[in-house]
Amino acid sequence: MARSTLDAAPVARTDRGSVRRRRSPVQLVVQIVGELLITAGLVLLLFVAWEVWWTNIDADIKQDQALEEFFSEVPVPPASSGPAPSTGSVPPTGEDFGEPAVLEPDALTGTFGVAYIPRFGEDYSRPITAGVGTDVLDNLGLGHYPGTAAPGQVGNIALAGHRQTHGQVLDQIHTLVPGDRIYLQTRAGYYTYVFRNTEIVLPDQVDVIAPVPTEPGAEPVDRILTLTSCNPRFGAQERIIAYSVMESWRPTEAGPPPEIAEQVTRTAGRG
Amino acid sequence: MYGLIFRALPGPLWMRILLSVILVVAAVAALMVFVFPWFSQFNPLTDSTIGSP
Repeated sequence: MARSTLDAAPVARTDRGSVRRRRSPVQLVVQIVGELLITAGLVLLLFVAWEVWWTNIDADIKQDQALEEFFSEVPVPPASSGPAPSTGSVPPTGEDFGEPAVLEPDALTGTFGVAYIPRFGEDYSRPITAGVGTDVLDNLGLGHYPGTAAPGQVGNIALAGHRQTHGQVLDQIHTLVPGDRIYLQTRAGYYTYVFRNTEIVLPDQVDVIAPVPTEPGAEPVDRILTLTSCNPRFGAQERIIAYSVMESWRPTEAGPPPEIAEQVTRTAGRG
Repeated sequence: MYGLIFRALPGPLWMRILLSVILVVAAVAALMVFVFPWFSQFNPLTDSTIGSP
């Protein structure tokens, strides 16, 4: 029978019958190093499980809390136009509420808004929180780049979100189809943006969040929404950028757009 | 190493098994609550922002 090096030492049998090997110092060191290496492997596996699986659960809980806080200050009036129409793809065009009310820059703190993107699922609602540090992006949904526009403002509102891990806020960003609606809610009102196109850029191309995307210094005319996330899905060599243009807005008193009325009520109730 | 720890634990066998399980759970919890969130900020694979945030 073949004997491994670890079995080579003589075996001492104690009176209770348990087997204990007498090890040389070298064997002891090898054993401890081996056990530490196995431990390191298990810790790395645990880190992957934490990153890919647990952070999503953790972030969902924290995002729900942020939504709850948001809706405690922003009551949702019942939708003015009765039950939501079943043809959700047709946006309302009849109503015009004039120039959109916009949050002041100093109101852009904490969780100041909610994003609804029906293409990502009927229940998709994520908080929008000021800042793009890991403390925001890892816990509180979409991060608002400081210095970019407020929802509804002329210029570019830029939001970042994780593609994978930490809630997978923008996991489905590549499934957006031109014409898809993206709804942003603040305490001032609801802003409807229409998705136009995605672009894949290198991580250092900061001009995609300029007031006029990719034209830094130009005077903005349109109201743009820019979403940024990592690309490819499990990597970060590139960034995927999704541009949308504002279509319409409704003040809070007018109630949410009929297409997302149920969703807003559900989100407010859940929060 | 783990054998030494196991033998150093007090009490009868069932108690030592229980204590080992508690130690493992405590180590996993400390990793998930404190170490991994801290380490995660150095993980470039989850960076979804443009430029340096």
